[in-house]
Amino acid sequence: MIVHSIFFYFFSIIAIFSSLMVITSRSTINSVFFLILDFISVGCLFIMVGAEFLGMILLIVYVGAVAVLFLFVVMMLNVAEQKQSWFIGKKSTHIPTGLIVSVLILLELLVVVGGWKYKENVMSSSTLFLSNISNTHQLGLVMYTDYILYFQLAGIVLLLAMIGAILLTFRERVGVKKQSYLNQISRTPLTAVELKDIKSNEGVKIDD
Amino acid sequence: MIEIGLGHYLSLGAIIFFLGVIGIFLNRKNVIVILMSIELILLAVNINLISFSIFSGDIVGQIFTMLILTVAAAEAAIGLAIIVVYYRNRGSIRVEDIHGMQG
Repeated sequence: MIVHSIFFYFFSIIAIFSSLMVITSRSTINSVFFLILDFISVGCLFIMVGAEFLGMILLIVYVGAVAVLFLFVVMMLNVAEQKQSWFIGKKSTHIPTGLIVSVLILLELLVVVGGWKYKENVMSSSTLFLSNISNTHQLGLVMYTDYILYFQLAGIVLLLAMIGAILLTFRERVGVKKQSYLNQISRTPLTAVELKDIKSNEGVKIDD
Repeated sequence: MIEIGLGHYLSLGAIIFFLGVIGIFLNRKNVIVILMSIELILLAVNINLISFSIFSGDIVGQIFTMLILTVAAAEAAIGLAIIVVYYRNRGSIRVEDIHGMQG
C-alpha cells in the first residue's frame, strides 16, 4: 500500500505541475509538450488504479492523436514565436473576474470532496465488477450489450467530426487540373468517339 | 495521508479542473492554449469518473469515460480546423485580435 501511495503522489504531482506549465509556459509548443506529459502521467494513474484499458486508450488516443494534432497545428500556423503576455499590454478587465471564478470553483470542488460520503445503497447497481475477468473483458461485456446505442452514437460523432474538419479546411485551388467525375461518367460513345473520313496522303489534325 | 482513497483522486481531478478553468480565463495569447485548457478540463472529468468507477465497483463510469474521450477527440479536431481556417483568413489567432462579434 505504501508503494501505491508513493506512485500516486509521484504521478499526480507530475500531472499537476505539467498542467500548470500548460497554461503558463512561454511558447505554445512547450504547452503542447507539457500537455503530452500530463496525459502520460494521468494515463499511468489510470493503469495504477485498475482501469488498464482506459489508461492505454488515453495514451493511444490523446498522446498519439490529439496531442500530435495540436503539435501539427502549432507548427503549421507559426504561432510558436508569439510571446506569452498575461498581464502586459492592454488592460484587460476580465482577469480579476476570471481569477475569482476559478478560485471559487476550486473551493467548491474541494468542499464537495471533503464532505463526500457513500450513500447507503450505492452498491446496488447491476453492472458491478466481476472479479475473475480482466478490465477489458468487463468493459466489452457491458459496452457491447447495454450501451451499444451509445457506442454507435460515438461512432457517428467521430464521423461528423471528420466530415466537418475536412469541409472546414478544404480549399479550392486555382490552376490545378482536377478530375471532373460528372464529365467522366456522363460521356457516351457518341460524344467520346468521332469518326472521320481521311483522304489519302493528307494525314490527320488531332487538336480540333 | 498514506492510504490513498477516493478523496485523493477527486482532489487531483479538482485541481486539474481548476487549472484548466484558469487557463481559459487568463489566457491572452492564442486560441490553441484555450483548446488545450478544455482538454485539461475533460481530463479532470475523466479522472473523477474513473475513480468513482473503481472505488464504487461499477464499470459504467469507465464506459462514459470512453464516450468523453470520443467527444474530446472530435472537439479537438473541429476546433483546430476552425483555428486553421481563421488563421488563413485573418493571419492571427491572438485572443485580443478576435473580436468580430464585439464580445
